[in-house]
Amino acid sequence: MALALPWAGLPAQALTPRNTLVQAMAVDDLISLDPAECFEISGGEMVGNVYERLIEFDLDDPSRLRGMLAEGWTISPDGRTYDFTLRPGRKFASGRTVNAGDVAFSLQRAVRLNKTPSFILTQLGWNNANVERMVVQSGPMNLRVEVDKPYAPSFVLNCLSATVGSVVDWRLVQERGDGWLRRNSAGSGPWAVREWRAGEIVVLDRNPNYTGAKPSLERVIFSHVKESSMQRLMLLRGDVDVARNLAPQDLDALAGDRNIALTSVPKGGLYYISLNQKNPLLAKPEVREAFKWLVDYDALGATLLKGIARPHQNFLPQGLLGASNESPFKLDVSRAKALLTKAGLPDGFKITMDVRSAQPVQSMAEAFQQWAARAGIQIEILPGDGKQTLTRYRARKHDIYIGEWAADYWDPHTNADTFVSNPDNSDGASRSTLAWRNAWSIPELSRLTSAALLEPDTAKRAAAYQSLQARFRAESPFIILAQQAQVAGVRRNVRGLRLGPTSDTSFLAPVSKTS
Amino acid sequence: MMKFARLILSLLLTALGLLAVTFLIGRVVPTDPALSVAGDRATREQLEQVRKELGLDKPLYEQFGRYVASVARGDLGDSLLTGNPVTQDIGRVFPATLELATVGILFGAGLGIPLGVWAAVRRGGWPDQLSRVLGLVGYSAPIFWLGLMGLLLFYAELGWVGGPGRINVGFLYTVPPRTGLMLVDTVLAGDADAFASAFSHIALPGALLGYFSLAYISRMTRSFMLKELSSEYVVAARAKGLSEQRIIWRHALRNAAVPLLTVVALSYAGLLEGSVLTETVFSWPGLGQYITHALQSADMNAVLGGTLVVGAVFIGINLLSDVLYRWMDPRTK
Repeated sequence: MALALPWAGLPAQALTPRNTLVQAMAVDDLISLDPAECFEISGGEMVGNVYERLIEFDLDDPSRLRGMLAEGWTISPDGRTYDFTLRPGRKFASGRTVNAGDVAFSLQRAVRLNKTPSFILTQLGWNNANVERMVVQSGPMNLRVEVDKPYAPSFVLNCLSATVGSVVDWRLVQERGDGWLRRNSAGSGPWAVREWRAGEIVVLDRNPNYTGAKPSLERVIFSHVKESSMQRLMLLRGDVDVARNLAPQDLDALAGDRNIALTSVPKGGLYYISLNQKNPLLAKPEVREAFKWLVDYDALGATLLKGIARPHQNFLPQGLLGASNESPFKLDVSRAKALLTKAGLPDGFKITMDVRSAQPVQSMAEAFQQWAARAGIQIEILPGDGKQTLTRYRARKHDIYIGEWAADYWDPHTNADTFVSNPDNSDGASRSTLAWRNAWSIPELSRLTSAALLEPDTAKRAAAYQSLQARFRAESPFIILAQQAQVAGVRRNVRGLRLGPTSDTSFLAPVSKTS
Repeated sequence: MMKFARLILSLLLTALGLLAVTFLIGRVVPTDPALSVAGDRATREQLEQVRKELGLDKPLYEQFGRYVASVARGDLGDSLLTGNPVTQDIGRVFPATLELATVGILFGAGLGIPLGVWAAVRRGGWPDQLSRVLGLVGYSAPIFWLGLMGLLLFYAELGWVGGPGRINVGFLYTVPPRTGLMLVDTVLAGDADAFASAFSHIALPGALLGYFSLAYISRMTRSFMLKELSSEYVVAARAKGLSEQRIIWRHALRNAAVPLLTVVALSYAGLLEGSVLTETVFSWPGLGQYITHALQSADMNAVLGGTLVVGAVFIGINLLSDVLYRWMDPRTK
């Protein structure tokens, strides 16, 4: 091979075009670019850059909301009617002006299609039968939205800031059909989809009709590169401007390079371990607590998760309203042993753990296996691909599971609703919250979670989530390990790239390049 | 005529068997295909809705029957992941694999055959040892590791070759896609820079794949040549005073070429199945990566369609090698 390459080796053209941002990123998770359907990480970033929503949160203070397409809004005294006024003069990529009819159509369409992200809107009491009555155009630039209960205003507005609340060009979608929107775009954001080749590339072109601050670049290319080490090499060679899925060892290797800057922001994803309460051993409160003392959180943060996550022990990630910094647990084997003895298990026990064969989860599971063994708990790891382990997890067939959870929208209810809500613990329950998957029967906590949703006072609402998290830390079958970070390696000639805490808030319009 | 009909029937049964086995394996894997579409957050009702849309609520035999009927009409169904017809997806990814495999086999056969001949002629000498070591490394070194090391050295350090992908992004919309074969399309476009970029991108993965073929082809060539060189006609040729070069290249290799053809054809078919690891390391958007990703996501239409294409390629190349075999060796007719 080495003999053959010199003759083959024509000069490899490095460095990306001046007018184009090239990002190396794993984009093989993408299955749809339709905001009513898209729920993948890579898709979130594209939809976030192509569409606008009524509301957005402030990246400097994610707990603050502001209008995106909405110029302003009022809330009725009973907290059930929201009247929005749109900014005038906003245009779609097609050149049409955005009006309230487009917003109403988009929200109604997302509910009507009933794809996975629609739950973010249907939890406001909207369904196929009533959404045309609950979401109406009340004037050319006015929209009236009704909700079925007096929810906390922050909750309603946060839901509308999610990607599923993106506003599509009504006329274009009517002309081309819903299927067309899976691979194309009809938004008013700074970019428009030019092409998506599944598992290969996504190309966004500058929207010439964008009414906000126009991007200085003409094009953004998401080039599918799965391997972190490959992303690093391409970044170093200048074949990409940004690398988005760097593993700790590659972040370390890039740290000293003068051509590369590293950027990082905490995001709404968590790593956690959970214990299925259908297993009588794991249902013992002492065993649940013992496991929480069998994790070296700091070591995880300093080694396996270095640069990509930091230790965190609560179900609300930092940045969300009501997030807690409390971290009472650390590695304490003797304390764990004492708890096991109290549970009548002084010699430990054998148990299985479902683990997705992917990093860093696999290494985290192996580390956990070793820590647990020190207290006499023999964990047998059951490896599987992501879909296999998830299928078993959703069927409540696991003993211990290690996984990730990302906030679906920027409101504390998204995680409270899954970690501390399980209104129906029966096997045939409709909703598969994480509490349900682990058969954690919690009628009182479920009720408190619902109550927090209706708390209009933001400070009181934050306190309610703090209290829920305290109960969660003490009682739950979940061991929250760390909060993920969004990281990127960026070439020094790229300016203005700012990652957001959610996939749809890494805005690319301000990015520019120097020579 | 009967012979031809028997051949067609046998091919159809092979394809049906291939589909049946793949279909059954796909269904016994403990993975819910509806999860791939609906996602982790889906409610039970949404999952049921997706299962219904995909026809997964029907009995297994009915699902298979419907699928075979649609295949017979030339419809491989739609991919769950891309939303495209599988035929369209395969039409996009297969040329990438075809191009890579062709470069690989040209490399493997182009170097492997002379190396094998040389090793046979200098049996026990250093060319033979070299061929043995190259073969051993080719058989035993993990392709994933070799690919990463190759990229590190030839791409990152020396800059001799292009990185992952098929061409530099600067040429993304400058070369009209006519055949899907990047080298051919760049030539048709008359763009020398684009050709150089495409060539520099395929050189390393092509050479790497070719190296694995080279290891096999050179060892087999050596073995065939040793047999030929010890034949009586070679002794007679030497007695007649023919030059050694003429004996080796014109007589012995010509006879060795007949079984060698099968070896090269099978190697080529193996490469055309899509080398998953090579395609992964080099972010090469080919058939191997497509099928693997589909398999991981329980995208059965894509898996079945891809498998059918792989099967067809394998059968086709086997048939072709049989035909060539008969043409090259009249005794087999």
